[in-house]
Amino acid sequence: MTEAKHQIGLSVRAANKVYPGTHALKDVDFDVRLGAVNVLVGENGAGKSTLMKVIAGVEQLTSGDILMAGEKVTFPDTRAAAAHGIGIVFQELNLFPNMTVADNIFIAREKTRAGVDIAAREQRTEAAALMQRLEHDISPDAMVSDLRIGEQQIVEIAKALAQDARILIMDEPTSALSAAEVEILFRVIADLKKRGVGIVYISHRLEELIRIGDYITVLRDGARTGARSMDGVDVPWIVQNMIGAASKDFAKTVEHDFGDEVFRCEHISLMGRTGKFVVDDVSLSLRAGEIVGIYGLMGAGRSELFECIMAQHPHCTGDFYIEGRQLNEPDVAGRIGRGLALIPEDRKSEGLIQILPIRENMSLSSLGRFVKGIHLSLSAERETVKRFVKDLAIKIASMENPVSSLSGGNQQKVVIGKALMTSPKVLLMDEPSRGIDIGAKAEVFRTMRRLAAEGLGILFVTSDLEEVMSLSDRIIVMSNGSITGEFAGACVREEEIIAASAIGHAPASEAGHVIGSSHG
Amino acid sequence: MTSVTTMQPSGTSGGQPMILLLLKLRTFIALIAVFAFFSFAAPNFLSTANFVIMSKHVALNAFLAIGMTFVIITGGIDLSVGSIVGLCGMVAGYLILNGIDLGIGYSLYFNIFEIILITLAVGVLVGAINGTLITRLNVAPFIATLGTLYVARGLALLSSDGATFPNLVGKEAYGSTGFYLLGTGSFLGVPISIWLLIAVGLAAAYIAGRTPLGRHIYAVGGNEKAAALSGVKVNRVKMFVYMFSGFCAAIVGLVISSQLVASHPATGETFELNAIAAAVLGGTSMSGGRGRIGGTIVGAFVIGVLSDGLVMMGVSSFWQTVIKGLVIIAAVVVDQAQQRLQARVALQQQAAAA
Repeated sequence: MTEAKHQIGLSVRAANKVYPGTHALKDVDFDVRLGAVNVLVGENGAGKSTLMKVIAGVEQLTSGDILMAGEKVTFPDTRAAAAHGIGIVFQELNLFPNMTVADNIFIAREKTRAGVDIAAREQRTEAAALMQRLEHDISPDAMVSDLRIGEQQIVEIAKALAQDARILIMDEPTSALSAAEVEILFRVIADLKKRGVGIVYISHRLEELIRIGDYITVLRDGARTGARSMDGVDVPWIVQNMIGAASKDFAKTVEHDFGDEVFRCEHISLMGRTGKFVVDDVSLSLRAGEIVGIYGLMGAGRSELFECIMAQHPHCTGDFYIEGRQLNEPDVAGRIGRGLALIPEDRKSEGLIQILPIRENMSLSSLGRFVKGIHLSLSAERETVKRFVKDLAIKIASMENPVSSLSGGNQQKVVIGKALMTSPKVLLMDEPSRGIDIGAKAEVFRTMRRLAAEGLGILFVTSDLEEVMSLSDRIIVMSNGSITGEFAGACVREEEIIAASAIGHAPASEAGHVIGSSHG
Repeated sequence: MTSVTTMQPSGTSGGQPMILLLLKLRTFIALIAVFAFFSFAAPNFLSTANFVIMSKHVALNAFLAIGMTFVIITGGIDLSVGSIVGLCGMVAGYLILNGIDLGIGYSLYFNIFEIILITLAVGVLVGAINGTLITRLNVAPFIATLGTLYVARGLALLSSDGATFPNLVGKEAYGSTGFYLLGTGSFLGVPISIWLLIAVGLAAAYIAGRTPLGRHIYAVGGNEKAAALSGVKVNRVKMFVYMFSGFCAAIVGLVISSQLVASHPATGETFELNAIAAAVLGGTSMSGGRGRIGGTIVGAFVIGVLSDGLVMMGVSSFWQTVIKGLVIIAAVVVDQAQQRLQARVALQQQAAAA
C-alpha cells in the first residue's frame, strides 16, 4: 500500500483546540485518504473525538486549517460539513428513541414531495435497502427504543451511509457490536473503500485496527505522536506511541497491608428490562486498604452492580454487608451514612450539579456535618471545602464559581472530594478516568493509591485494560452480568483477563484476538 | 503538582465585573427607576398613605411568589396557587359564618385562631396533594397543578354555590371576632400583612441560604439524578416545596378575605401568573436550580409598583397589561445576557488560575 495510491481527500494542518482548562489538540496534522481506512488511535482524552468533531463541524478549531482539494474550508456547523460530503457515526448514539428506524435515518434530510409532504414509502424502501446492505433484519418501521444497543449502532451507521458521504468518520463503531456484527461492518467498510470513500476509523481494539487499517495516526495528550502507512505496524509500535513514558505514572508506590473486610456482597442479582439478568448472582468482598478493579466490556453489568449497591434498584436481590453488619438502609442517604460513597460514571449527568458553585457541589452529600440545630455553618463548610480542595490539588479560581467552569479532570476531583467529605469506608468508582487528560488521570490514580494506604477500601470499574492491571490489588472480571474471573493484580497476564471478559459472548473468535503482551 | 489552589475572585481585569454587578442588581435598579419615574409622573405617589396601600397590594403577590420561587427552583411549577387562595378564603368564611354542621342538630364553631390554623392546613393539604401526584404518581408538575387548579376552584364555588360569604365579623360567643385585623390592622404603623410578609420572607430566605433543606432544593433543580445519588431525598424536598407553596397561598386567602371582611369564590384567579412573573423578574430560572427569595420580593415590588403607578397616572388598564408583559420579557432577556457574561468571567478566572 504505497502512499501515492490513495489521494488525500481532506487534511487538517496545525490544528489547535483549547477548552477552558484543557488544550485538547496541539498542532495536530491529519490526512484523510480516499478509498482507504485511516485509523486514529489514542487513549481516552487524547483528542481523537475532538479532532473528529472538528472535521464534522460540531466544534470549531481555535487555530489551524482544514483543507479539501488544496483549498481552505470552514465548517461552522454539521450541515456545512455534510455539504462537503463528510458523514460521522458518533461514539454516543445520536438517535431519537421515540421515532422509527426510517425516520431516524432520514432525519433533517427527509425525502419529500414538493418540500412538505414526507415520502414515507420511499424512505422505508431505502431504509430497508440499507439494512439489507448491512445484513440486518431490522424493520424500517421499528421504534429505535425497541432495538438493542448493537442494533441501534447499525441504524447509526445506516444513517451515515444514507448520506453518500465521501468521507465517513466512525468513532468506536464496534464498541457495542457482537463479533458477528463486527464482521458485517468490516465487509461494509471494504465495500465503501472500493467505492472510493475515505474512512476515518477510531477504536480501542488494537488488533481490529491492524486488521482493517491502511494508514494510522496516533494521538497522545492532544499531540500527534506517530503517523504512517499501516505496513509493518504492530501492536508494540502503537502502544509505545499511544502511552509513551506516561504509563508508569500510576504504578504502585505505596506498599501497605490490608485490614479486615469492610464490604461484602452476596448473591446480588438484578433483572433487566428484557427479562434477562443484568447482574447475575454476584458475590464479592473487599478489605480495608484494598483496591479491587472490576474489568469487563460494555454491558457486562458493572455499573448496574454499583447501582444496586447504591440503592438505585429497589428490586435487586441479595445482601450487602459493611464491616460484617448487614446493610438494610433503603435509600442513598442511609447508605452514605453507613460509609459507602459512589463516584458515578457519567460526571455530567450523575456526578455534578453544573450550575451550582464548586463549594455547594462538594458539600452536598455531607451537609449534616456542618449543621448546628437547623443552622448551616457556612464558615465551617468553607473551611472544610478549602481543605479538601488543597488535599486533592483541585485547581480552582474561586470555590464560588460554577463547577461547569472547570476542566474534566478538576470536575472529577470535585466529585471525588464530594465522596470523601462523607468520610466513607468504601469508595465505589465507576470509570474514574473517563474523559480526563493524562496528567489529571495520573493524579486521580495517585489519590486512589493514597486513600487505599489510609485504609479506604476501593472498588473501581474500568474498561481500560492497562488501568485495571496497574492499579488493582485484585482484579475481578465480569461478563454478561456474572463474575467470570478473579486474579491477583501482580501476576496476571492480559490474555487471561481478556479471555475471561469474553466468556458468554457468542463466537470464540473474539477471545482469540489478543493484544500483545509487550507492555505488561 | 500544584501550588496555588484558591484565590480571591476579585481583581479580574476590565469593566466586566462592574457590568456584571449592574446586571445582578438589575431588578433592584429597575425598582428604583420605577419609583423615580412615578415620583415625577404620578401625583401623590410619594405619600405615606399611598405606600401603605401599595405595599399591601404587593404583599399578596409576594407571598405567592415566595412559595412559587421554591417550586420553580426545584424545576417544577405550581399553577394551583390562585385557586388555593380562593378555596382557603372560602374555608375561612365558611367556618366563621356556619361552623361545621355535625349532622345532629348542632354545629361546631371554632375560635379565630383555630379557623386560621385550619385554613392554613387546607392550603398545605392541597400542596401535599400536588406533591404526592408529582412524586408518587409521576404526574408532570404542570399537569398535576393544572388539575388541582380546577379542582380547588370548583370546590370553592361549590362551598357557597358561587355566592359570596359576606360580613365575616364573627361572633363574640365563639371567639371568632377580629378576623378583619389580619388584613386591615397595623402594628407600629405598618400593616399586619407586611409584618407577615417580612416574617415569611425572612424564614424562606433563611431556609434557602442556611439550611440543608435549602441546599437540597437548589440541588434537585440543578440536577435531580446527581442530587439523588448524592443522598438528597428528592421526593421529600419536592413535597416540602409544594406544601410550602400551598401554605403561602393559604395566607393570601386569609389576608384577602380579612381585608374585604368577605370571601368570594373567584378570588385569586390568574394570581399564579403574577407569582410566576415576580419570581422570573427576580432572576429565578424556569429550568430550575437558580433563584433567590430577595430577588423574588423585589420582583413582586416592581410589578406591584408598576401597576399601581400606572393606575395613578391614569394609564388604561389595557396598556398596563401590555407594559407588564414587556417588562417580564425584557427581564428574561437581560437575565440571559447576565448568565453568559457570568459564565465567561468564571472561565477567565479559571483559565488564569490553571
